[in-house]
Amino acid sequence: MPEPVIAVDNLVKRYGETVAVGGISFAVERGQTAALLGGNGAGKTTTLSILLGLLLPSEGSVRVLGEDVLRHRYRVLPRINFSSPYVDLPHRLTVRQNLSVYARLYGLSRRRERIERLADDLQITPFLDRPAGKLSSGQKTRVALAKALLNEPEVLLLDEPTASLDPDTGDWVRSYLEDYRARTGATLLLASHNMGEVERLCSQVMMMKAGLIVDRGSPHELVGRYGRANLEEVFLHIARTPEFEPEPVL
Amino acid sequence: MNRSAGTAFSLGRVWAMLLRYLYILKSSWPRTLELLYWPTLQVMIWGFMSQFFSQNSSYVARAFGVLLGAVMLWDVMFRSQLGLSISFLEEMWSRNLGHLFATPLRAYEWVISLLAMSVIRVMIGIVPAALLAIPLYHYSIFAMGLPLLAFLAVLMAMGWALGLAICGLILRHGMGAESLAWTVIFALSPVSCVYYPASILPHWLQPVAWSLPQTYVFEGMRILLFEHVFRTDYFFAAVGLDIVFMALGIAIFFVFFRNARHRGALMQMGE
Repeated sequence: MPEPVIAVDNLVKRYGETVAVGGISFAVERGQTAALLGGNGAGKTTTLSILLGLLLPSEGSVRVLGEDVLRHRYRVLPRINFSSPYVDLPHRLTVRQNLSVYARLYGLSRRRERIERLADDLQITPFLDRPAGKLSSGQKTRVALAKALLNEPEVLLLDEPTASLDPDTGDWVRSYLEDYRARTGATLLLASHNMGEVERLCSQVMMMKAGLIVDRGSPHELVGRYGRANLEEVFLHIARTPEFEPEPVL
Repeated sequence: MNRSAGTAFSLGRVWAMLLRYLYILKSSWPRTLELLYWPTLQVMIWGFMSQFFSQNSSYVARAFGVLLGAVMLWDVMFRSQLGLSISFLEEMWSRNLGHLFATPLRAYEWVISLLAMSVIRVMIGIVPAALLAIPLYHYSIFAMGLPLLAFLAVLMAMGWALGLAICGLILRHGMGAESLAWTVIFALSPVSCVYYPASILPHWLQPVAWSLPQTYVFEGMRILLFEHVFRTDYFFAAVGLDIVFMALGIAIFFVFFRNARHRGALMQMGE
């Protein structure tokens, strides 16, 4: 059986006495789209940051594409990428300059062609030479996605990929991500609290609450297990039911 | 997809970061002007003052360029520290560390690009001011010859050591520590003996002055201008101290960089 593309085992992150992630384990298979679903402070972004090696865990192991991220993150980083609305691109650089710098950081050859092809795909060509700070939210999201796809990542980590987008742009981004996964066989892991997005894109959902995974399954399984109409109702049930209050891990 | 990002060191990645800072510099002419503004202003003020002193003081009359040279060399150290710190702060201001360090960029490659950018910023600021002094005062700092290169190297290394330590402190304490980039170096100026010899200082303060590499440069510059002698003993003492301060600066930066990875600051840090 092939090793999962993402394998997280007993991951813990503590900040002093505060437990941000309390010992979670999960695996994501190649070509799958999975989601970490939970409210604010559930530990989703913390988990993604550890997967990228931006944050060091207190305990546990993380393997991505068969490599131990904590020991060999530089073997992994050229093959993965991420997008987050909470991390910006320099505002005074044009979109093209920003993408060009990142293309160089990934050591890409034929940078100009790659940027122009992505710009065409993501419909950002008209504002390639505009400063990144002068773009609308929707345009910024598409540029961030272009940055995240520059190296054609085998694993794409997305932190709330459609946050603050209007429904039309959000739908366009989701369609693009579906198409990217189908075309490249990439593995996608989303951190989100957008239920519709997760239901549409993901085959596996890890429901997080206060740093723990309190339930998991496909959206269909979760909806059936709780006898609810949709994933949003499952989310609200878990958020408001005390028995899902996890014990702190110290 | 053709990518070659797995190597432990890549000049391409250093160039990418340098290019990024050049784009930033190019995108704002007031910032470029600011680089030129202060050194030029300093040279003008101190140049006219030196002209006045030269007619009224036997000390300065013997070596007209002593104050002007000191002003320019002090600015080299200040600008090399500030040049490094400002490029670093650009990343903080744009909340961009999360993106950068999710790429194969190594922290030491980033540091090398910051050093290179510091050299560029110093040159943009200092060279026009030095050239301006030639027609205005018939004084050329370049007349010092090869010793000038030795002075520049020592001062820039000390500026980098301070800059790296300051960047480390900003990584540790967040943007609240930003003002250190503009203030720390001025705390050192009284004991750096820029405009006066170390012997003027109280006895108890002199060991502090002689523990700083820049003191050897300014003393050495005065000896060069007055006696036309380049003190190699001063130069090697300054290089030795530079190595100590650089090691400290690098250690502070990398310890706090790793600490930032423990605290999750790379994702959060910014204005």
